[in-house]
Amino acid sequence: MDEAKTENKMTVVALVENEPGVLNRIASLFRRRAFNIDSLTVGRTHRPHISRMTIRVVAGPEYARKIATNLQKLVNVIDVRVLDNEPHVERDLALIKVRNDDADSRNTITEICDRYPARIIDVGPHVAIIEMVGTETIIEEFIEEVRPTGIVEMIRTGVVSMGRGTRIHDTKFINRRALLEAAAKARTGNGRID
Amino acid sequence: MMILKGSEIIMECLLKEGVHVMFGYPGGAILPTYDAMAKYEDRLHHVLVRHEQGASHMADGYARATGEVGVCIATSGPGATNLVTGLATAMMDSSPVLAITGQVPIPAIGSDAFQETDVTGVTLPITKHNYLVTDVRDLAYTMKEAFHIARTGRPGPVLVDVPKDVQNAETEFVYPDSEIVLPGYHPPSSAEEHEIEAALQLIADSKRPIILAGHGILMSGAMSEVRELSERAQIPVSLTLLGKGAMPEDHPLVIGMMGMHGEACSNLAIQEADLLIALGMRFDDRVTGNLKTYALNARKIHIDIDRSEINKNVRADVGIAGDLKTVLTQLLPKLPRHSHLDWIGRIRDWQEDSSERDILNYETPGILLTAQVINDIWRLTGGDAITVTDVGQHQMLEAQYYPHQRPSTLLTSGGLGTMGFGFPAAIGAKFGKPNEEIWAIVGDGGFQMTLCEMATAVQENINVNIAIINNNFLGMVRQWQELFFEKRYQATPMVNPDFCKLADAYGIPNRLVTQRDQIEDAVNFARGIDGPTLIEFVVEKEEMVYPMVPAGADLHDMKRRPKPGEA
Repeated sequence: MDEAKTENKMTVVALVENEPGVLNRIASLFRRRAFNIDSLTVGRTHRPHISRMTIRVVAGPEYARKIATNLQKLVNVIDVRVLDNEPHVERDLALIKVRNDDADSRNTITEICDRYPARIIDVGPHVAIIEMVGTETIIEEFIEEVRPTGIVEMIRTGVVSMGRGTRIHDTKFINRRALLEAAAKARTGNGRID
Repeated sequence: MMILKGSEIIMECLLKEGVHVMFGYPGGAILPTYDAMAKYEDRLHHVLVRHEQGASHMADGYARATGEVGVCIATSGPGATNLVTGLATAMMDSSPVLAITGQVPIPAIGSDAFQETDVTGVTLPITKHNYLVTDVRDLAYTMKEAFHIARTGRPGPVLVDVPKDVQNAETEFVYPDSEIVLPGYHPPSSAEEHEIEAALQLIADSKRPIILAGHGILMSGAMSEVRELSERAQIPVSLTLLGKGAMPEDHPLVIGMMGMHGEACSNLAIQEADLLIALGMRFDDRVTGNLKTYALNARKIHIDIDRSEINKNVRADVGIAGDLKTVLTQLLPKLPRHSHLDWIGRIRDWQEDSSERDILNYETPGILLTAQVINDIWRLTGGDAITVTDVGQHQMLEAQYYPHQRPSTLLTSGGLGTMGFGFPAAIGAKFGKPNEEIWAIVGDGGFQMTLCEMATAVQENINVNIAIINNNFLGMVRQWQELFFEKRYQATPMVNPDFCKLADAYGIPNRLVTQRDQIEDAVNFARGIDGPTLIEFVVEKEEMVYPMVPAGADLHDMKRRPKPGEA
């Protein structure tokens, strides 16, 4: 794998409001500003109204900062960090379907999987599905190892990242309507604001 | 408890936000809201436009003239898509506009219903933010947020799309009295102490500083702070097109507009400077020319409320994201007096060089030049009117020959360069500033894009003077064709209607001017009428706007005004 390319990747993490159309706004921003992104993942957090995005870009720190300042301008984007200056962990997940129709390939695959954090999660007479979780680099190494046995299908989730230590990336934001309804109830004496 | 329909909530919210006038056009999906207007007629005036694009430009013109949010309203589908050009215009020039659009009822959304368009999708890249309200309980706070976002930080257009059934639904109306807190919206305000120190150091080290004064000064209301900065440190000021009015143009330290059609002395000064102090401007390509050769000798202080503008086009040595007035108020008490006599003297020499080439010094018997028309309007209005231009040669000549002393007296589409903007924006400006004299200075091309609003002007009896600079050409495009396409005038000559007869048809008093000695009489005629007027100025067909930095050329590589006899 092109090691230099991997090294040039920057990670931007964004906390966003979990509302319809937010992903569209972000995708539209990237398209409009011609930001070239490598992967984008989005998922829920422990707060129901907050989603978290990890964006990987092949670029220098200046470019990543440009993306971050533009992202921050979106009203639904709560907080943005460029992760590369702080220690962080990252994970990518790949599902790889490989040919599995002779003893040789079965042995090779089992042997390769033993050396990686990979599991065979589905086996059939002709193909098997491998699940592999790890850093982007190690997944790419793994893919190159199994490639000769014959990859027939593959999907990756894209990288998710989290900073290490106690520098917590979180927000206390509460859904606005919930807040206002509580305020309205408090006014009419039917409830209270926490 | 006040139970209201969504449509009434919209009206109540507009009143709460201090809106007195809105510009719009009815249609199926917005009808409930129009029906609710009747109840509010005495407090909230609706101006019926003739095309929704006009409504968006009127709201924009109102916003630019007053600094308050301008409101336009349209129905779903074609009504909403007709707002698009106006929203994009407002977006590029950071103008606070609120657009309210009707949408098909929620159950019909996504079904390709009659007059359905994904308006929040369409306007996503050309609004600061937009909303689709899917629950009437969200309407009031959404409206409050929309106003807040439109007018704070770097202002911009916000669109609120309201499905018809949400307009009809009822709920308790509570306008959130608390200040809006948006988790992801924190416009920067003040600068860090070390940033102020760094900026002061660069100013102290500089021998040839120049202030680049942009639109942000007007939006922040930092005119007196900028003036104090300039006077105390004796720093000359060059203006962007939208920065006009940031300092009075007759101020001795103001050296004119910069950029493609800026004054030669301004562009030369930028290229020679050792420090640029960029205030509320964004280094647009029309201002910088070739970035590779732009202000190579200069360090840069860049202060802008939009963090993403800093280091976007030009690398800043000191970049401060903050509100200009706040940041300059932090900086000024620490700013010692400086003097740059040699530097200012050099710029003066360049200035004389350019004024000697001035068109106004020519004898031009028998012909009428745009610069003369505009300069005469300036003279006859005491230089104190609000001028609203369209886009093209007349726009640049306005910027050169109508000096502005006060902020927000030149309203023009700078960033997007929207033809058709001038006339409707002038109508909007008059609603915002009823006591000011308003001139729409437009070309024959741009005027024809939105001239249907003459009917609006008549229906409202709005006192806007229209000056059509008619050269029967799309002049600026023709200029490019002359310079860069060997005079192949493809699709630029125009066969125009008789604008005076057209004005007659609308019932608008008018005059035709073909000679310079007719200008004064016509302008005075227009000024004497309380209502719309139109003057058609038939000018030279093949005029040029100089100086000119060709697109992409180095800023110092200007085509200068020819000397008399050379042209």
